[in-house]
Formats: sequence, C-alpha cells, structure tokens
Amino acid sequence: MADLNHAAQEVLPKPKSKIKEFIRKFLKRKTAVISAGFIVLLVIAAILSPYIVPYNPDMADYNMLLQGPSASHWWGTDEFGRDVFSRLLVGARLSLSVALLSVIIGTAVGTVLGLFAGYYGGWLEALVMRGCDILFSFPDILLAIAVVAIIGPGVINVVIAVAVFTVPSFARIMRSATLTVKESLYVEVARSLGCKNNRILWIHIFPGTIQSMIVNFTMRIGTAILAAASLSFLGFGANVTEPDWGAMLSQGRNYLNTAPHIVLFPGILIFVTVLAFNLLGDGLRDTLDPKIK
Amino acid sequence: MAEKLLEIKNLTTEFKQDKGTVTAVHNVSFDINKGEILGLVGESGCGKSVTSLSIMRLLIDTPGKITGGEVILDGKNINDVPEREMRQIRGKKMAMIFQEPMTSLNPCMRIDKQIMEAILLHNNITKKEAYERAFQVLKSVGIPDPKNTLQSFPHQLSGGMSQRVMIAMAMSCEPELLIADEPTTALDVTIQAQILELMVKIKNENNMGILMITHDLGVVARMCSRVVVMYAGRVMEEASVEELFANPLHPYTKGLVASVPKLGSNVSSLPSIPGSVPDLSVMPKGCKFAPRCGYAMDICHEEEPELKLVKEGERRKCRCHLLNLNKEEEGNL
Repeated sequence: MADLNHAAQEVLPKPKSKIKEFIRKFLKRKTAVISAGFIVLLVIAAILSPYIVPYNPDMADYNMLLQGPSASHWWGTDEFGRDVFSRLLVGARLSLSVALLSVIIGTAVGTVLGLFAGYYGGWLEALVMRGCDILFSFPDILLAIAVVAIIGPGVINVVIAVAVFTVPSFARIMRSATLTVKESLYVEVARSLGCKNNRILWIHIFPGTIQSMIVNFTMRIGTAILAAASLSFLGFGANVTEPDWGAMLSQGRNYLNTAPHIVLFPGILIFVTVLAFNLLGDGLRDTLDPKIK
Repeated sequence: MAEKLLEIKNLTTEFKQDKGTVTAVHNVSFDINKGEILGLVGESGCGKSVTSLSIMRLLIDTPGKITGGEVILDGKNINDVPEREMRQIRGKKMAMIFQEPMTSLNPCMRIDKQIMEAILLHNNITKKEAYERAFQVLKSVGIPDPKNTLQSFPHQLSGGMSQRVMIAMAMSCEPELLIADEPTTALDVTIQAQILELMVKIKNENNMGILMITHDLGVVARMCSRVVVMYAGRVMEEASVEELFANPLHPYTKGLVASVPKLGSNVSSLPSIPGSVPDLSVMPKGCKFAPRCGYAMDICHEEEPELKLVKEGERRKCRCHLLNLNKEEEGNL
C-alpha cells in the first residue's frame, strides 16, 4: 500500500487558468480587439445616451434644416433640424437592443431544438432539421419580411422576425455539435453511472457545445442589426419618428441630393457596427480554435 | 462454494445494418462469482466490448440490440427491467471503467463534481457528505493529493491519474460488479502494473466481482482466476487461468498462448495466427475459426461445434470438434 502511494507521487501541473489563457490569446488579435473596443464604446454610449447627447434628439430646430456637418452639429441636421449625431446615439439603444434581444431569443430556441434533435435523433431530428431546411431556403430578409407581414409591423414584431431566421442556423450548429459531443466517452461514462437523459443533455453535453455557439452568436448580432435596420428602412419596424438607424436611413433618402450626410452617417454607423461584430466573431473563432496557435 | 454474482445465459446481441443484421455476440454464457476476476479475452472485433455494453445495457446510441438471453445479477434478470430501474443499477450495483482514461472524464467539469455526481445520484446524502466521500475514494485509489485533485480539471491529470479517478468514480457507490474494458491498454507498463494492483486491492477489500476485458494475456495471467476466450462473438473456451496456459484445448487458444513471448526462449519470430477475424456479416458456415485453423477437418467447415463441458463436473468448456475426436480415441483405447 505504501509503495503504491509512493509510486503515484506524480506532481500535478500547476492549474492554468483557461480564462487568462483565452485573454492572452485574444489580445494578440488586433482587429478583434479594436472591434471589441468599438462595440464596448458603442454600448456604453447607447446606455448613457440620454445624458451625453449634445441636443435633444426629438427637438426640431427650424433655423437649422438640412445643415451639413459643422462645429455645432458634428454630423449635421435632418429635415426637421434635429441633430443627426444625437439621434444616432439614442438610436443605438433601440437598434442594439432589438438585435441583441432577437439573437438571444433565436439562440435559445435554436439551441434547445438543436440539442434535442442531435441527442434524441429519430423523427424529432427529422422534423426539426427539415423545418430548418425550409427556413433556410428563404433569404434571411425575405423571411423576416414575411414574418412581419403576417404578424404586423412594430419593434417587438421585428424582434420576433429576426429571431425566426436566427433559429435554423443555431439549430444546425447545435445539432452537429451535439452529435460530436454525444459520441464522447465521457457521455457514455455518465450513462454507465446511471445519469438520466436530461442530466446528460444539460450537464454533460451542453457545456461542450457552447464554444461553437459563441462565435455564431457574435456574428449573428451583426446580421440582426442589419436585418432590423432593413426592416425599419422598409417601414416594418420602429415608428419613423423614432430615432432608429434604419428609419433614419429611410427618411434621409428623400434628401439624398441636397443633404447626403443624413444617410451617410447612419449608413456608416451601421456598416462599422456590423463589421465590428463580424470581426469580433472572427477573432473569437480563431482564439477558441485550439488548432490555431 | 463461492456465491454467484453475475450469470449470463445465451446472451445474443445483434446489430442492424443496411444489408441486414449482424450478430456481434452469439449465445454467450458465463458467470462470475463474488470476489472473482474473470478474464474475457479475444482479438479486436470479437465482441468483448459489445458483451460488456450488453451487460450494462448501454447499447442505446448504437444500432445494436439484445435479442436473446438473460443477464442475471444477484439472482435477478436485469435484461427486461425498465430503463428507470436500470439507471438505479448502473453505477450502484455495477460500474464500468473504460479503455481511454483521458477521454473518459468530462473536460468541462472539475473532478469533484464528476465524482460527486455518481455519489449523489445513488445516495440520499448532502453535498458536503458527498464531497467527503469523494475525498475518501480518491484517497483509497492512491491519489497523493486528493484535495487538489478534486479541484482540478481532467486536462491537468495524467493518464494514470485519470484512470485512478475513473476507478474512484466507479467505486464511489461500492458496486458489486466492476466491468473493466481494457483498463490498462492506453497506459504505459509501470502505470499498468499500479492500476492492476489497485484493482486487486479494491476487489479484496469489497469482495466484488470483476469482469476484466482485455486482449493482453499477461494481464490475464496476473489478475484472473478464470478466463473466457471469445472469437467472432462466440465463447470458444472457458478454463481456469492455470489450465488455460498449461493446456489450452482450442486451437485458437493454443495460437493465442503461443503468440506470447516466453522468458528465456530464444526464437527469432513469434508464432502468430494467420488471417484475421472474419467479417461478422459473412461468417464461414461451420466452425468460425476453421478457415484459420491448422487442425481443421472436413467437419469443421460444415458444422459448427457446440460449447461442451470438457469433463463432467468441471467448469471447463470448449467449442471444438477435435475434442469429440479425442474423446472417441480415448473411448477406443
């Protein structure tokens, strides 16, 4: 017995924090770090927007109609003389929360469907995956328009519409991740110890699939911002009087010849935000992929 | 007389495939007494692992299905109990350790959680008590620093340590039967010896039965009291370990025993059994080993021999036509 213990005197490697390791690797990716910085800045600005905007975003100033960028109005004014910068900042709140909310809902539904489909297989899998195939066969934005056309316009409905087209991609990703993890020996071990299906699914399989989900989640936020803006632009989303990125684009396009800055700045902001989310997603994928050092 | 712990009668497991069903385990019968280590040996693909999974009824994720026979644990046929009851048996009455310790542990969970999981599933105790017990079992499997080990993630442990943790997990609810599916194959020799030693020690302490699945005859010689030799899903021979090595009856067993190098013998090349295990979907008609057998007779290709007691009153069985021949010769003399 004594020598048995002695023989097993292996020294444990010092526990390395996975989070520290992750941060170290992530910081090496400059574009992703810059993107993350931009997103954080935007989120903070959106949260604090009512307190930091230079002008009331809804206040019309008829002395300053369609003014170009100047020292007093950085990004110019719109057809009612409202400050474009202030409106965009306040609009970030709406746009970001619509995108985030819809992606969270879509992810949750897609994850559950994908997990169950992958784990139980059989008719459930066939049903879920064929359903996803049907949703996949429509272009995202067309699907969203169809959903809004059915349930009517409005911010909440835009959230639902964007969530609907987010579901299938997550269901697919989660299903394949589940299939991979399900085959692992440790799942069989869990079963050999008497674990229930539910427990195996949520305690043993789900954590193993999160990694593949995170990247898609980030990327999807970018898509959702774009989709929400498109819907607003088409008049399905927020009320046109509200400071929403898409709605501002929609209103501003009437003055494209005389005051291009009204569409230019919302357009640039949408573009940069979506780009930032996508680059962040790329960075996360590279960081989380153990094959890339 | 030792008490019978597990009895397997005519266990048959089939796998459904596109082309039809394939019988991976065919009419397998053997039994294990309390406090006994039974070795189950055979080449890769001969149905050893499927047998063990069938006993645990863990074929859910595979196209396999148990189509016949009984698995009697402690006098109760567990082959037809509902899944809910089966979950109570798994882990509590019989536990399993697997071939690859490094992938047997969930990489996302700390060791303490994993060991406590099994304990909490089968015992009505508090988390604190479960932690205490996890600590104790880790200590009992010879882990030098149980406290730190409990806090670590599987990737921080070596193969030997992981296998110890696996054994601790399997032992945490004091099962009566431990199925070890090639527990030392993935480990290097010194660690192998330690793990085997540990298993014997635990067996002696708890008087449990161990089904040791392996293709390593060295492990068999060291650990087991009796051996079942499987080939192509069938039991070919059953014997005590001494008899098996001293006087193997079946040509296949002879081949296996001969292929193990012996200390002091000076041969340039080891004998091997020609050919490979037949494809389970295209089995030869007669004796499944006949195409590779050096002693094959006409009858061997025509008719499959039965598994017979070699001598009345002995627990020694063999499935070979040669046996009948020998008996007849004895009768003639």
